Amino acid sequence: MNDMRLAERTVDTKGKPIKFSCRNVQVFYGDKHAIKDVDVDLEDKTVTAFIGPSGCGKSTFLRCLNRMNDTIDVARVDGKLMLDGEDIYDRRVDPVQLRARVGMVFQKPNPFPKSIYDNVAYGPRIHGLARNKAELDGIVEKALRGAALWNEVKDRLGESGTGLSGGQQQRLCIARAVATSPEVLLMDEPCSALDPIATSQVEDLIDQLREDFSVVIVTHSMQQAARVSQKTAFFHLGNLVEYGTTDDIFTRPQDPRTESYISGKIG
Amino acid sequence: MSPFWIMVTILVLAALGYVLGRRRAGSVAAGDIRGLHSRPTYYGWNVALFTALPSLLVLLMWVLAQPLVVDRAIGANIPESAVADAGARGRIMSEVQGTAISIGEAVNKGLLTEAEARSLTPDNTALLDRLADEDITLTPNPAVLEAAKDYRSINQNASRTLTGLSLLLALGGFGWAMARTRPDYRARNVVERFIRGFLILCSLIAIATTVGIVLSLVFESYNFFQLYPWQDFFFGTEWTPSFGGGSRLGMLPLLWGTLYISLIALLFSVPVGLFAAIYMSEYATPRVRGVVKPLIEILAGIPTIVYGLFALVTVGPLIRDWIAQPAGLGNSGSSVMTAGLVMGIMLIPFVSSLSDDIINAVPQSLRDGSLGLGSTPSETIRNVVLPAALPGIVGAVLLAASRAIGETMIVVLGAGAMAQTSLNPFEAMTTITVKIVGQLTGDNDFASPETLVAFALGLTLFVMTLALNVAALVIVRKYREQYE
Repeated sequence: MNDMRLAERTVDTKGKPIKFSCRNVQVFYGDKHAIKDVDVDLEDKTVTAFIGPSGCGKSTFLRCLNRMNDTIDVARVDGKLMLDGEDIYDRRVDPVQLRARVGMVFQKPNPFPKSIYDNVAYGPRIHGLARNKAELDGIVEKALRGAALWNEVKDRLGESGTGLSGGQQQRLCIARAVATSPEVLLMDEPCSALDPIATSQVEDLIDQLREDFSVVIVTHSMQQAARVSQKTAFFHLGNLVEYGTTDDIFTRPQDPRTESYISGKIG
Repeated sequence: MSPFWIMVTILVLAALGYVLGRRRAGSVAAGDIRGLHSRPTYYGWNVALFTALPSLLVLLMWVLAQPLVVDRAIGANIPESAVADAGARGRIMSEVQGTAISIGEAVNKGLLTEAEARSLTPDNTALLDRLADEDITLTPNPAVLEAAKDYRSINQNASRTLTGLSLLLALGGFGWAMARTRPDYRARNVVERFIRGFLILCSLIAIATTVGIVLSLVFESYNFFQLYPWQDFFFGTEWTPSFGGGSRLGMLPLLWGTLYISLIALLFSVPVGLFAAIYMSEYATPRVRGVVKPLIEILAGIPTIVYGLFALVTVGPLIRDWIAQPAGLGNSGSSVMTAGLVMGIMLIPFVSSLSDDIINAVPQSLRDGSLGLGSTPSETIRNVVLPAALPGIVGAVLLAASRAIGETMIVVLGAGAMAQTSLNPFEAMTTITVKIVGQLTGDNDFASPETLVAFALGLTLFVMTLALNVAALVIVRKYREQYE
């Protein structure tokens, strides 16, 4: 654990507006009660980490935030999830528009079988973010630079995105999500398929993304949570056990379950 | 013993060998089967295989070879004086065989003793009359009767030798394999080598059959092109076969009909099938899909002759009365349009089922990725799923096309049998397959080009569908490499 960086991080955890406000959230998969009574406020321009043992519901909760659970037939979500004060499960909200505001990066890199350029340009084209080719080129370059991938791929933008290495593919997926200019970026264990070097590149990237977006990251690695996040939420058996600044969670946990988890006794 | 009973005996021996071999393996292991190299079952199989295989092989070869050898021996014994010409020799040989069988029947019924059968002569009229009363008429030709007696005795000797030889081989194999059943004997390796040989044999049968079919097509086509110039066949625009001579056998009208009907069938089936597949894989709930998919696949199970009836009775008149006649495009009940549409219906399950599988094979993570960027389900299908599935879909379409090109029954009943070239889809035309059937129905003279042309047509068709299938396979394989 990098205490130096933790100390730095504590400075900017105060006074951020709330982006997501969740009250009494329940998720059911068929008969299984996967998420129970979760109340949480996620701050803007902050990296929030969800940690917890496998099957504790952290990914499920993440997928509630952009209604990706809608694509699973048996999933049912109850409770209030407010994005900037607006209930995202309201009948009038179109999940398609919501997902343009709340982007997502998945556990396994999933570049489309298209060129690198077309992968990044996919979102901007759909949402009409560019009026002409030059603007689109600009967006693609900015997103790729933002994902720290530009220098590696600038000479081969026409090649297939599936031909990149695992780490490059994941950064391409991040660039793809960034290019759409979302307000919130959800990341579901974005480094679990990556080697240590690629992981550290992606982590650096997440730290930079905080300037423009609110980032929510699900991770298995407590070290990663400590390195990249300012706020941490600990999930256990579908409950949100503890939520606070990363510093507090890792150094002064209130709940005995949190303490056993971060000290490696459960999970 | 007859070959059948020899085979049964060998198999019984082999089964016995399996049981005994396994038991012996158990006893040589002295209770602890971990001391054996292989599991006891393998020792059992080892004994069974060594009992059955060599003797069954000898039996098979003998049964195949015996008629040839015996016929040649008997044929050489028949005096030249009894044979009038080349064709007569064949007739006499079958007469000899028939007589030998009749004598055998008489002996079996107890009308003749074995000794009487051996000393049978045409002079012994009393005996022959007795047989004739029982409806067994023997030939009065002394040469044939003599030959039939020889035939019988040779076969009897051969049968005895065969029985002895194969049973001896079976017992020998049994004893040898039993003797080798020791703890350090690698029974599993031996058995697995046998099994591998058997697997190779099975795949060779399929390959050999294909090669055989192609060769027969090629040889008969060669004969055809000796009789009829190939330029006229491939580039002739007139198809007027007449067995009296003076036929014109140009395949272009048939090729045109084939391609035209297939094109209409594909134009109909590909969009319908593809959209059905998209609905089933992307929009339908599991319950709807569970009902709709089997229902569509039932279409694939309908025999094509039934589709043909549908074309003849329903679609043909419908198209004629409602489209062709009002538009002044023709009066024919059978038309390219009819056959094409009905064939298109037949192809729907092909296209939809294959495309559905291919669309389902597109990883869910790609859909999630696209939806996660805020694109709608239809944008996801158009921009991500279909492009990713496209090579596979093209493969499915090509397979459907080769199916369409080879279809016969729907065309016979739907499009008629008139060989002509026209752009009007409401006229009757015909295809290569229909004409192959036409040329081979009735009395065939395999020396005339009118019959042999069927093989040249078949070869052309085979080359066309082969090319399509190869293209489909190449495309589908390329697609698979992308995702696995």
